[in-house]
Amino acid sequence: MGNNGDENRKREMNLWEKLYFPEILHGMGITLRAFFRPKFTRQYPEERWVPPPVFRGRPVLVVEDETGVERCVACGLCARVCPSLAIQVQAAETELDKERYPELFEINMLRCIFCGFCEEVCPEEAIIMSKDYELNFSDPKDAIYGKDRLLTPASHLSDRLAFLKQYR
Amino acid sequence: MIALIALIKVIVLVLVILGTVAYLVLLERKVSAYMQDRIGPNRVGPKGLFQPFADILKLVLKEMIVPENANGFIHALAPVISITVALAALAVIPFGNYIVVGGQKISLMIAHVNIGVLYILAMSSLGVYGITLSGWASNNKYSLLGGLRSSAQMISYELSLGLSIIGVLMIDRTLQLDKIVQSQGAWLWNIVFQPIGFLVFVTAAFAETNRLPFDLPEAEPELVGGYHTEYSGMRWGLFFLSEYTNMIVSSALIVTLYFGGWSLPYVNYAAMMPNLAALLQVVTFLAKTGIVIFVFMWVRWTLPRFRYDQLMNVGWKIMLPLAILNLLGTGAVMLALK
Repeated sequence: MGNNGDENRKREMNLWEKLYFPEILHGMGITLRAFFRPKFTRQYPEERWVPPPVFRGRPVLVVEDETGVERCVACGLCARVCPSLAIQVQAAETELDKERYPELFEINMLRCIFCGFCEEVCPEEAIIMSKDYELNFSDPKDAIYGKDRLLTPASHLSDRLAFLKQYR
Repeated sequence: MIALIALIKVIVLVLVILGTVAYLVLLERKVSAYMQDRIGPNRVGPKGLFQPFADILKLVLKEMIVPENANGFIHALAPVISITVALAALAVIPFGNYIVVGGQKISLMIAHVNIGVLYILAMSSLGVYGITLSGWASNNKYSLLGGLRSSAQMISYELSLGLSIIGVLMIDRTLQLDKIVQSQGAWLWNIVFQPIGFLVFVTAAFAETNRLPFDLPEAEPELVGGYHTEYSGMRWGLFFLSEYTNMIVSSALIVTLYFGGWSLPYVNYAAMMPNLAALLQVVTFLAKTGIVIFVFMWVRWTLPRFRYDQLMNVGWKIMLPLAILNLLGTGAVMLALK
């Protein structure tokens, strides 16, 4: 037979193994044990996975709970750092203390690669990665998330915000 | 009248078998899933119990594609041969002794043939035609290879299959399957007298049904499905049906020849009401057959496939001599005990 590589690997089988049937029964024992082992299947639509805080899901904009105003000051760093050019920001002026706010904030989720650079670069901790991993669209236009779908109250993101605190 | 009774028996049996086959497919998927730490189909109906209907509906609705240069007639004929032969073999399987309807004894097997065992061997040999012709008519190299392998494999294993049965025939002195069951009695099943013949027979039965570890005619990784590569829709479905029907036939045959058929230890059928006894016999027989079918599936999801040369080595250099030795040994013991 083949001469490729280590000849020593070819071990002589003893009589018990050559009889073949005991080894078949041995193998069948293994599969029978597997038969009764607990299964790991998650019944997806009914049982959903809740990711840990490290998980980088869909990026969202944080809204303060008390004021109902988004943290974003429309500096445009996230749009600048985004390696896949998924983020588009248009700034406008506001009477509030922060003086600037994003008039338009769009993330194209077909371009987003979930790298988390936007979250890392953001000086206001205004754009962070959520736990949402269930993204599906029937039209490329649906994939462009505007402010209506990006704004998320901070209370819903407490896990991730607490996680990010450790690295500040 | 006799013809009518036979017709009713045929219709009932065919319907029951085809329904069983549909559920065997589900069982196989479940068994394989559980052995691979999965759950298996569980979406259609409660616990996935309606999955077979969904599968069949899908198969019926699918287009039957015939390759451009295939031989259309034989291409259509081959699956029909396969399923016909597989179902025909069931005719001589005794599912129970007899029932009494209107004072008339009706035997629970379709055909009382003197040569039941030979008939089954003949039918299982004919099964090769379905596979070989489908491989040839598809005009596809992989199908042809599958068909060739199948003919080589089935011819080699038919020999040991037949020879291993002879031991049973010598002990029971009959070729009628119901007489074989009766002569085994409640306790002294043939597996006690014929352990080697049993092993040879089971191995050959695996090869005859084209199931792993002997599924070389199909061999998905190397032959892309083998003989049924070019089949789709219900024609493919017929091959599928015949594979599972063959499995039922083989299991029923193993039970009949080696595990005492419908007989049960500690139960005296003669003392019972005939119809009650018949019901118990059928249930016993089906339960035994079910266990053997489970073993078929169990083995399939445990063992890897044989290589072609290994298959031939096992068939001709091990199984055949073993079967002949078993035959000689049986003869010698019977002569000594005489």
